[in-house]
Amino acid sequence: MVDTKIKVNKLNVWFSNQQIIKSLTIEIYNNEILGIIGPANSGKTTFLRTINRLNDTNDKFRMSGEILIDNKNIYDIDVTLLRKRIGIIFALPVPLPISIYDNITYGPKLHGIRKGLDEIVERSLKAAYLWDEVKDRLHESALMLSGGQQQRLCIARTLAVEPEVIMFDEPCSGLDPISTAKVEEAMVKLKQKYTLILVTNNVKQAARVSDRVAFFLMGELIEINSTEKIFTSPDDKRTEDYISGRFG
Amino acid sequence: MKKLKEFIIEKLIFLCGISSIIFVILIFVFLVKEGIIFLKYVSIKEFIIGKNWYPLANPPQFGILPLIVGSLLVTLGAMIISIPMGIACALYIAEIVNPKFKDLLKSGVELLAAIPSVVIGFVGMVTLVPLVKNIFNLPTGLTALSGSIMLAFMAMPTIVSIAEDAITAVPKRYKEAALALGATHWQTIYKVILVAASPGIFAAVMLGVGRVIGETMAVMMITGNAALIPHSFLQPVRTLTATIAAEMGETVRGSDHYYALFAVGITLFIITFIINLIAEIYSNKIKT
Amino acid sequence: MINPKQSQKIVFFILLLLSIIVLVPVALIIIIIVKEGISVINFEFLFTAPKNGMRAGGIFPAIIGTFYLAIGTTIISLPLGIFAGIYLSEYAKDNIFTKIINLGIINLAGVPSIVYGLFGLSLFVIYLKFGVSLLSGCLTLAIMSLPAIITSTRTALQSVPQSFREVSLSLGATKWQTIRYAVLPHALPGIITGIVLSNARITGETAPILFTVSAFYLTRLPNSIYDQVMALPYHLYVISTQIPGISKNITYGTALVLIVLTLSLNLFGIILRIYLRHKKKW
Repeated sequence: MVDTKIKVNKLNVWFSNQQIIKSLTIEIYNNEILGIIGPANSGKTTFLRTINRLNDTNDKFRMSGEILIDNKNIYDIDVTLLRKRIGIIFALPVPLPISIYDNITYGPKLHGIRKGLDEIVERSLKAAYLWDEVKDRLHESALMLSGGQQQRLCIARTLAVEPEVIMFDEPCSGLDPISTAKVEEAMVKLKQKYTLILVTNNVKQAARVSDRVAFFLMGELIEINSTEKIFTSPDDKRTEDYISGRFG
Repeated sequence: MKKLKEFIIEKLIFLCGISSIIFVILIFVFLVKEGIIFLKYVSIKEFIIGKNWYPLANPPQFGILPLIVGSLLVTLGAMIISIPMGIACALYIAEIVNPKFKDLLKSGVELLAAIPSVVIGFVGMVTLVPLVKNIFNLPTGLTALSGSIMLAFMAMPTIVSIAEDAITAVPKRYKEAALALGATHWQTIYKVILVAASPGIFAAVMLGVGRVIGETMAVMMITGNAALIPHSFLQPVRTLTATIAAEMGETVRGSDHYYALFAVGITLFIITFIINLIAEIYSNKIKT
Repeated sequence: MINPKQSQKIVFFILLLLSIIVLVPVALIIIIIVKEGISVINFEFLFTAPKNGMRAGGIFPAIIGTFYLAIGTTIISLPLGIFAGIYLSEYAKDNIFTKIINLGIINLAGVPSIVYGLFGLSLFVIYLKFGVSLLSGCLTLAIMSLPAIITSTRTALQSVPQSFREVSLSLGATKWQTIRYAVLPHALPGIITGIVLSNARITGETAPILFTVSAFYLTRLPNSIYDQVMALPYHLYVISTQIPGISKNITYGTALVLIVLTLSLNLFGIILRIYLRHKKKW
């Protein structure tokens, strides 16, 4: 019996007069990795940013429909607490130009945590598979890290506030294969404790990592199924065309 | 608790945000508060067109025409000098000079702007004024010409820096298109770049004008302070600004002279307000 | 018939000449003042009070007065200006209201300094009854410095990448927390540059302090913010125009001190700005 972590009902999103997401209804289960694939401008990133209400900061954003986390509407929860519960990793790593240590403690300090910071830093870096590489230089600037290390730092930073859901928006787009592998390894491990949503342009990555895959096209959800089914016998022809590279 | 603190801070931020509007209004209100009383003594028409500024006479006369002409004359002279030189310098910095020296030149121009007006007035007083007196064989070197020359140096940094911004903002592709058609660099500059940058250059000139009309100390020390309508640049003049500065110190608070000076202040405020408005409209064209 | 290449050479040469003419006066003015004024500069000049109706002695009270004015003005204008800059960069929407605020800033910047003097006289000296005092002077100068501080703060804040804000928000920060911890610290260098340059301007201003704070001759240093002060620019103005028989060198010496003060502050600000631009980490 799976329980649903996030439920989306007939979500429509507009930026000014342009509709980006059309009548999206989807469920995201607890402790799964849901991969979201689809060509550019399908609304995948917009979808993520709507879930954690990051799009609220944009004046031109309008939505209808509802999104529930643990059966509570995201607009009925304090937005800072919502964003603590739902973390996001952006496509390009954004280390703050401060030390590695300060990057990680940034989040906890916001929520009033003053003690036990050292433990939080170690725990988060270990969970992001970055601890061994940086444990001797925690107070160096985060800008000195490589791209792959920076992205894992961003993961560690998100983990430090103890979220329930972690959303990844094309996290490996700028990374080399080895860093990509490390990030994917971290993601699979994280599934045990968290619910993960992975938006990716790399279809093969979705196949490697996800439990279920959803295919978005032009703002609509075309199909959602277990990874195996999507990649062997998808229901919709468009899904099949996209996966086999007939368009992209 | 945290929410309350944040709410208060954000309200404070908003208040500070609108403070610029509040202060502009405040300035206008407090100028008018004192100046409006002046209308009891003199009608607006007499004030602006009246040819005689004799505040200490009996009965006193408060026509500011000589002051307006004085301000305009000095400003005109300053602009005649500073516009070509300012635009030339802006062009040179933006288009011609070796990029390595750009920062150096721009800093040099900024340093010129940094010299306090009282120092410019002082230096002008001891060097330029005697020079003008000797060259033109005048009874005194305290003239509109001397004022124009020194004020030109005060307007130039403003014109150079804003014109340079406008010239740099011209999209590269205009320049590249002209050069690709075989124009020389200079031809490109005057046929294409200057034309494209002209709204911004106009804004720069307007701001320069605003700066000069509002200048007080330097004019007070070099233009001679004779409140008569001048017939040439080689005569002493009195500007609106110098009038306020020179006479307010000796005026009795609450006297008609006192209110008259506030009326002069209001006039200045309105003039510079309009100039700034025009400059702002044209400088918005740099951005589009 | 001159060919275009030749006329270009001529024109460029003329432009160079004209540019030099713009810059040469700076050098000339500085050289003249240094040459004539340096002889007077000694410990007594800088640290003692004037004697003999300003004709001898030092200019210490004027230096101190200018110093107090700068500090007082900064204390008032800094928080106001920074918060206003924060509003414009982080909260203001792209609408008519914001355009009006910007118009307000531009107009404040364009008001002639003597009109500020009148305003300060009317509001602070008379209406609020602060009298001709340090307080009135600093308040007047603070409003005058606002446009510069607001715009440099706004520019500094806007140059911090938007991604920093998004990271902070997505970790659960409130808007103010984001500004305070993820944006402002990285905008600080630009803001400080703005303050330095603003102070450089304040130290040289005469017109606004004429009726709001300046005194020509004070027998003791100011004790409270309600006292009048002497100030360098005003002092220079008076001794060069109203004291007959004063030694030329003393006047030049005063100008020298004033110019050293303003130019070094300006130079510091300019260098700071260039240094920070090259040092940007992102």
